[in-house]
Amino acid sequence: MTDTLERTSESEAPSPNPVDWSKVQKWGSLGGLTMSFIAAIGMVAALDKRIIISPWLSLGFITLLWVPVAYGYIAATEKASDGSPPPVKGARDIISGLVTGLISGALFALFIVIIDAVDLTDVFRNLGPKLVELLTFGLGLGAASVIWIVGSGLLGLIGGALKVVRPTVRRVVSSAAMGVFGVALLELIVTDISQGLHIEFVTDWLYAINGGLTTISAIVVAILFGLLGLRSDDRTLTQRRLDRMNLEPQVLVRRNAIAAAITIAAVIFLPMILGGLTNELLANVGLFVLMGLGLNIVVGSAGLLDLGYVAFFAVGAYTTAILTSPLSPTWTPELTLNFLSWEGWLILAIVLVMAAIAGLFIGTPVIKLRGDYLAIVTLGFGEIVRILFLSDWLSPYFGGAQGITNIPSAALGPVEIKGTNSQAMFYLIAAFVAIAIYVSWRLQKSRTGRAWTALREDEDVAEAMGINTTASKLTAFVTGAMFASIAGMLFAAKVGSIFPSSFKLLVSIIILVIVIVGGMGSIPGVIIGAIVLIGILGGPTQPGLLQEFGQFKLLIYGALLVVMMLKRPEGLWPSLRRQRELHHDEMSQDSWLQGTSYQTGGVPEDEQGGTRYTDDAAPIQDGDG
Amino acid sequence: MTTTATTPTRTFKFSWTDSFLWAIRVMAIFVIVWGFIGAIALGLEGNGLSAEAWKQLIVSGVAQGSMYGLLALGYSMVYGVLGFINFAHGEVFMVGAMVGFFAADALFEAGLWEANFILSIFIVLLVAMFTSTFTAVLIEKIAYQPLRNAPRLIPLITSIGISFFIQNAVQLLVGPAVKTYPAPPSWLSDPVNILGFQIPGTILLVVFLAAVSMVGLWLFVERSATGRAMRAVAEDKEIAALMGINVDRVIVMTFAVGGAMAGVAALLWALMFRSVSFITGFLPGIKAFTAAVLGGIGNIVGAMVGGLLLGLFESLGPNVILRGLSWQIPLALGIVLLAAGVATVVGGRAMKRNGVVVLGAAAILMGLTGVAGFTIVIPGLSQLKDVVAFTALVLVLIFRPAGLFGEQLGREDRA
Amino acid sequence: MPMLDIQHLTKSFGGVQALNDLDFHVDKGEIVSVIGPNGAGKTSFFNTVTGYFSPDEGQILFNGVNISGHEPHEITELGIARTFQNVRLFPDMTVLENVMVAQHCRTTTGIFGTLLNTRSFRREEAQIEANAKDVLSFFGKRLQGYRWDQPASVLSYANRRRLEIARAMATEPELILLDEPTAGMNPKETAELTDLIRQLRDDRGYTVVLIEHEMRVVRDVSDRVVVLDHGEKIAEGDFETVSHNPDVIEAYLGRPAEHTDE
Ligand SMILES: Nc1ncnc2c1ncn2[C@@H]1O[C@H](COP(=O)(O)OP(=O)(O)OP(=O)(O)O)[C@@H](O)[C@H]1O
Ligand SMILES: [Mg+2]
Repeated sequence: MTDTLERTSESEAPSPNPVDWSKVQKWGSLGGLTMSFIAAIGMVAALDKRIIISPWLSLGFITLLWVPVAYGYIAATEKASDGSPPPVKGARDIISGLVTGLISGALFALFIVIIDAVDLTDVFRNLGPKLVELLTFGLGLGAASVIWIVGSGLLGLIGGALKVVRPTVRRVVSSAAMGVFGVALLELIVTDISQGLHIEFVTDWLYAINGGLTTISAIVVAILFGLLGLRSDDRTLTQRRLDRMNLEPQVLVRRNAIAAAITIAAVIFLPMILGGLTNELLANVGLFVLMGLGLNIVVGSAGLLDLGYVAFFAVGAYTTAILTSPLSPTWTPELTLNFLSWEGWLILAIVLVMAAIAGLFIGTPVIKLRGDYLAIVTLGFGEIVRILFLSDWLSPYFGGAQGITNIPSAALGPVEIKGTNSQAMFYLIAAFVAIAIYVSWRLQKSRTGRAWTALREDEDVAEAMGINTTASKLTAFVTGAMFASIAGMLFAAKVGSIFPSSFKLLVSIIILVIVIVGGMGSIPGVIIGAIVLIGILGGPTQPGLLQEFGQFKLLIYGALLVVMMLKRPEGLWPSLRRQRELHHDEMSQDSWLQGTSYQTGGVPEDEQGGTRYTDDAAPIQDGDG
Repeated sequence: MTTTATTPTRTFKFSWTDSFLWAIRVMAIFVIVWGFIGAIALGLEGNGLSAEAWKQLIVSGVAQGSMYGLLALGYSMVYGVLGFINFAHGEVFMVGAMVGFFAADALFEAGLWEANFILSIFIVLLVAMFTSTFTAVLIEKIAYQPLRNAPRLIPLITSIGISFFIQNAVQLLVGPAVKTYPAPPSWLSDPVNILGFQIPGTILLVVFLAAVSMVGLWLFVERSATGRAMRAVAEDKEIAALMGINVDRVIVMTFAVGGAMAGVAALLWALMFRSVSFITGFLPGIKAFTAAVLGGIGNIVGAMVGGLLLGLFESLGPNVILRGLSWQIPLALGIVLLAAGVATVVGGRAMKRNGVVVLGAAAILMGLTGVAGFTIVIPGLSQLKDVVAFTALVLVLIFRPAGLFGEQLGREDRA
Repeated sequence: MPMLDIQHLTKSFGGVQALNDLDFHVDKGEIVSVIGPNGAGKTSFFNTVTGYFSPDEGQILFNGVNISGHEPHEITELGIARTFQNVRLFPDMTVLENVMVAQHCRTTTGIFGTLLNTRSFRREEAQIEANAKDVLSFFGKRLQGYRWDQPASVLSYANRRRLEIARAMATEPELILLDEPTAGMNPKETAELTDLIRQLRDDRGYTVVLIEHEMRVVRDVSDRVVVLDHGEKIAEGDFETVSHNPDVIEAYLGRPAEHTDE
């Protein structure tokens, strides 16, 4: 109550806070460091070939230029303390942004001067004259320094200004920027589609000869997307989803049905107009969606952090290879993965059984361990499986480092689904993904799924509810293993030869990143996570849309994992369960700020004004005592 | 919930998971005992390891083990205080070794390495310790501090991300190639004869440095005010805060001390193996974590002992145990073992002592192997070195999660 | 034959004797209160009966079956439900889901039934939901309507305690063990819950053992009171007898200020 009073008295005399210089200093220096780091790992140079706007802006420079904007925005942000009014915006924000940018630029200029003066290539292999030349635009050091400082300051100012301007303006600007960036990045896909639709003239006009938008097309794209941004309203994605949840059930069902129909239609028809490259990307995404959904059951639903998940992918792939390849070292049943004959289904069945056996074998001893030990032990098992496949000892059965080659393609009756025919491959994978989605979705809201959630949230209490936690966990573990083994089977048929090096710990980690970025426990989250990460950055061995990112993608995966855990542990598209919680928080907060009570129907008298109670908050209500 | 406590009135219940665990125990004992006896027998027959080879394996096991011990301290202390596995600790070690390499290289170029090796080593040690300490503290500040009250798995996942990030950042910054430290002078690398063991001077130096650091750390934790504060925070953060201890500062100290020990370990690594690359941190990190659990996580002396045991096991494992499996158990011995095993199982059941039953079952397996004349010949033993290490990890975490000397965990982390 | 018959139950943690040679029994349809100063071993007693601790010695017969050494979920399945002293709900599950999940051991549909969406699966799901709503209706309007879909973490303290009891009821037990069900409630809520505890037996037919520090509740509902101190039973009988027992008075007064809540 007292807080509320303070708030009103304060809000009568709004005055902007002074610039928080220590924060500006901190983010300015961080900006300089970040930019220097990005240059030092060779990102600028490597991505310079990828043009965004021809001829003057490359992806390489964008990896630097976002820094002052973002850090300027952050430095201008004031933390809203609980209960106090939102901070007043004004010149201070712009100044904060500007100075942050200036500091970053100055530090970065210093960095360039240093690498020009001292030869550091013995230690840092990228810090040579080539980088200096690139970063000084062929001008002198002095001129380049001025350009960096001023430019970075201006970008910081833009960052700070974004804080101040009206939300509409912010939306239009960011929409335009994202639009230009996106259209330029998606050049391959856009060209692909326009070829499929025979409208090449669009892309011919849109893109410059050696890649990237032309200046004119960039302006047009920016205007178009800016207008789009103008049309959309202020709601964030989260709010949109929340609003959707409040719709009438019938409306919701109808909308869901329409969305599903559109998705299905897109999955069926899009590959037909897409070229091989895009279909290849989509097929890879599909494989990772399959594995992501499986790990999502293990980690997201049941809360078991399985870091050896790749082992089951390997089991599926090796089982398939042995069953089908004529070059399998010892056993050569030479079945074909033909889903219109019994052989294909037999392979599928054997793969699933092997995965279940492996799942039980690995799962049984670890299931009673506490969560973090389970993670490390499964990691150990994953590595053991890989090393055994690699070893000379078992090479008479699994081929050792040479792997197993000549795995025949999958087939549907007489129609062969060659690994190189990415369109057919995509349909095959999509079919299994569809099944996986169905299975995940059904399980989530069933007795089994509830038990998994319960044991993730509180294992002891789940026991008290009569849930056999050991059996439940094992079920989750084995179900997840089966998903991965199917992905392994498809992978083997797709690539035609498999080697132990395809089954490194890396794969487990990347799948984990997908699940976490998407949102643990959320089926659409996993799909979105896989599309964004695998589609754009690429998988452990598969290139993504940004092939130039290849050598940096693992770094980015690592950074993403950390940033997500720190800033948004619930993921980009959190499960409804998490959403619901946020929902409530927002509603109770809002109503509290407006001084009204949060009312949703027949509230029992003792719960009027029901904010959240924490355990130690006094539960005694006035009026009752 | 535990099923090991002996309850007189307990009714016998069959549980698939428990039976499976017992079966693994039996198999583990069977393989280890068979391999060990086999190795000795092969040696006596003259086609196994010579006494000299044994000694060398033991010496290198001790040396590596003391390095694992130092590294294990970092895992153990952080787990003791914060209750999560700092997966990035291996990378802290790697960064120390990497920067240490550049220092050593510069010293070598300057001629100091050969002119005054001891001084050079000292400088490299300081550089490695400083780098590792700095990295460890930086990680704590950036990534772990904001997660103080998050569920246990969140900081673990974060640390995996950090580990990934550092590995790849180092690769991109300095290149993927393996870097080789300059060689130590010959007067140091020549073997010295101690108690019949031919021990290279470098190994002696490694063990000496490890021992000094361990004792220093132990004194620090037991005697200094900061050490006492650390133990208080490990026991109960809230109460420690009430007693006026600056908990955050103590946590930073914990990371710093763990980092410094990783820096020492980095130098020891350099002395022993001389090569370092961006993936150098991964396997030693995992092994050191195993050592920490084996000694009882949170337990400082335990970490050292665990490290030594693991080092020995890793050094002897592939060469002794796996090689020993190629020894055929003689028929007569097989029959004796079979009979003795059956008797032991029966006796064990009567006494309701599961451990005895397991031993008996393992003996039966050995007996059967002998009777059947079965052997396992494994080519490319050195490839399986890491399998042995990971198997040790798995077995330790499954059967001795509380370690040999008991865990020392804070109130809230005791499961 | 008593429903729950415990003999010589002993459990110690290191040096602490949490339960010491405890004999205890409950007959069908009784409401028995277990009281005692803090640290007397009351919660340890519940934990041992429900399988969270395995006893060092002694036996626990429930309807003639020896349940000591069984896993907690098996004991729940046999018909003993419990609540926790420091309320432990599934915070991110909704109120309704919290109660639905408690029917796990009374339902059977496995993965295949779920995937095939069989008739029996659908019938069972509907039944689970109906049961959950029925159980929640036991608390009048407190846990009705929009509350069904709220996550448990947003409930008020009193409602959390109620939901815990609802969850225990949903496991369809014969015997319910309540660990300080009124702790942290205001007098009005306490009085209301006292009535409900009685109704648990009278209307729903459960046998109830409750740990309680609030003496008014103990007096109002108990058929019989058992007093623990240092893991031992120091008195037993109806409330009047027990409350005048010099040992009991000493156990409490020896450590004053300990009969307050929390
Ligand atoms: N898991 C455990 N490990 C070690 N000691 C325990 C454990 N659980 C209980 N104890 C000890 O057993 C004794 C009895 O504790 P218990 O929780 O049963 O008391 P209580 O009667 O429920 O007390 P309260 O009224 O405070 O709830 C205490 O001394 C406690 O410290
Ligand atoms: Mg208690």
